[in-house]
Amino acid sequence: MATTPDVTAPGGSPGEGADGVRRRDFIYVATGAFAGVGAAAVAWPLINQMNPSADVRALATVEVDLSAIQPGQAIKTIWQSKPVFVRNLTPAEQDAANKVPVSELRDPQTLNDRTKDGNRNWLITLGVCTHLGCVPLGASEGENKGDYGGYFCPCHGSHYDTAGRIRRGPAPLNLLVPDYAFKSPTLIEIG
Amino acid sequence: MSFPWANHYEPKHPVMQWLDSRLPLPRLVYNSVGAGYPVPRNINYMYNFGVLAGVALVIQIITGVVLAMHFSAHVSTAFNSVEHIMRNVNSGWLIRYVHMNGASFFFIVVYFHIFRGLYYGSYKAPREIVWMLGVVIFLLMMATAFMGYVLPWGQMSFWGAQVITSLFSAIPLVGEAIRTWLVGGFAPDNATLTRFFSLHYLLPFVILGVVILKIWALHIPGSTNPTGVEVQGPQDTLPFHPYFTAKDFVGICVYLMLFSAFVFFMPNALGHPDNYIPANPLSTPAHIVPEWYFWPFYAILRAFTIDFLWIPAKLWGVIAMFASILLLFFLPWLDTSRVKSTAYRPMYRIWFWVLIVNLIVLSICGGAPAEEPYVRLSQIASAYYFAHFLIILPLLSFIEKPLPLPNSIAESVLGKKADHTGSATGLPGGAAAAPAE
Repeated sequence: MATTPDVTAPGGSPGEGADGVRRRDFIYVATGAFAGVGAAAVAWPLINQMNPSADVRALATVEVDLSAIQPGQAIKTIWQSKPVFVRNLTPAEQDAANKVPVSELRDPQTLNDRTKDGNRNWLITLGVCTHLGCVPLGASEGENKGDYGGYFCPCHGSHYDTAGRIRRGPAPLNLLVPDYAFKSPTLIEIG
Repeated sequence: MSFPWANHYEPKHPVMQWLDSRLPLPRLVYNSVGAGYPVPRNINYMYNFGVLAGVALVIQIITGVVLAMHFSAHVSTAFNSVEHIMRNVNSGWLIRYVHMNGASFFFIVVYFHIFRGLYYGSYKAPREIVWMLGVVIFLLMMATAFMGYVLPWGQMSFWGAQVITSLFSAIPLVGEAIRTWLVGGFAPDNATLTRFFSLHYLLPFVILGVVILKIWALHIPGSTNPTGVEVQGPQDTLPFHPYFTAKDFVGICVYLMLFSAFVFFMPNALGHPDNYIPANPLSTPAHIVPEWYFWPFYAILRAFTIDFLWIPAKLWGVIAMFASILLLFFLPWLDTSRVKSTAYRPMYRIWFWVLIVNLIVLSICGGAPAEEPYVRLSQIASAYYFAHFLIILPLLSFIEKPLPLPNSIAESVLGKKADHTGSATGLPGGAAAAPAE
């Protein structure tokens, strides 16, 4: 109402100010704005309920005990509903990975890029092929490790080397290294 | 459909013209809930409850679809999944409380809507089918609400399912077989829960379909009005939009304020704490009651305590309870008075309020433990309920002398000077009436 003090301006409908704005226009806009804010406030919980719930978010990090994994062995664990490979590389496997010229790689990364200082033998990657999301073989005893001694995805034939890097096949990227940290020499927290 | 003087849909924008000649959906909206639907100009705030019931139904469907994303229909996980919704799902507590209290508020609104119909004779010719479709919706609502209450699989869920499905075992000869078929076992168990979940999801959409039929049937004669005098000409009506959309919006605001007060400040006030105890088939809660909106009918069910004639008390109770609702289908032919509005029926007006008080008494009895004085009270109140519809209403139609009716809606609103001058002296806001000219 304060915006249209001149309610008796000639030539207009009742309540029309000199600028042609009627009092009713203000009411329309105010009502519409109020209803719009209300609708948005109602819509947000209905949308946000589909985001990860508190119990899912509580499992956003996971701790893995490394003490039982011998050199040359790997385990599969689960982090955020996805498989994770934790692999204790032998010195020979580390050498094999370090000898590959980085320029020949499809996704150029060194083993040092993919492991942590002082713990170069621990290769922690997602067990999700970067092609179309299958779980590669090679983490369990007796599985096909592919032509490069790392992992092999049976779905479409992607070969990964001992650093988990893509060497042959359709996958575009190396196996993803998740965020993780050593909480002690034998305990990591992923996520 | 509608009156000949209704506004005509004339799309101005080329895109709307293009659309109108191919899919005239905007035209349908315009003619059914827009400026193309003329409404008696004198309808009061009691006429908001139809739209409010629609709002309540939509709130239930939206929140229900969301809850079904997180609910797990299995006896071993149902209770925990509801707690998961309350504790883990983002805003899950809000969505569930809206759905829980939304059911209660849906019934509150529908009861007001029914009382409005009873008071203003909305069930009388030519609106019998509108009324009967309303009774169908009411029955579907009761079934939906009951099955929804079973889903959390708490103590009240389980024992509610046990008691209500046992009603069917009162049917002679085949009752026990029907009951076993309904619950898919010899007592409520997983089969009961999963089928109730399926039907609880289905029935609201059936309700929505019947609502569309009901609006279709309503829009042929149009709404009743507080005088009960039918619309005679353009001076008696105003377009639904903007006049009654604005009025309904006021009602919706008040409704949402009251609803929010419950959802945010007393979300469990209308529920029962026993339903936060997981279902235990070996222990019945000491005081088992249905949700409040079933109390009047629960009182009628329990009013029969002795066998009468060759029919056992259990069957009498079940017959009476179902009859109390099915009776409403025959209301248009039980009340033969030609006068619609109770405002012009001096005798019926008294009995109407007696019926309301009687229903409140029945509700109190239905929510109370099965002991004196509630048993005797519910017997008297049940007897009155049936007497009201089967004896009093038909008799009143003969002996009552109605008050003189106004000649028209316009006359009742604007006084004797009602004509086409548009002076509208009887209205506080003269400008509001002017655009009708």
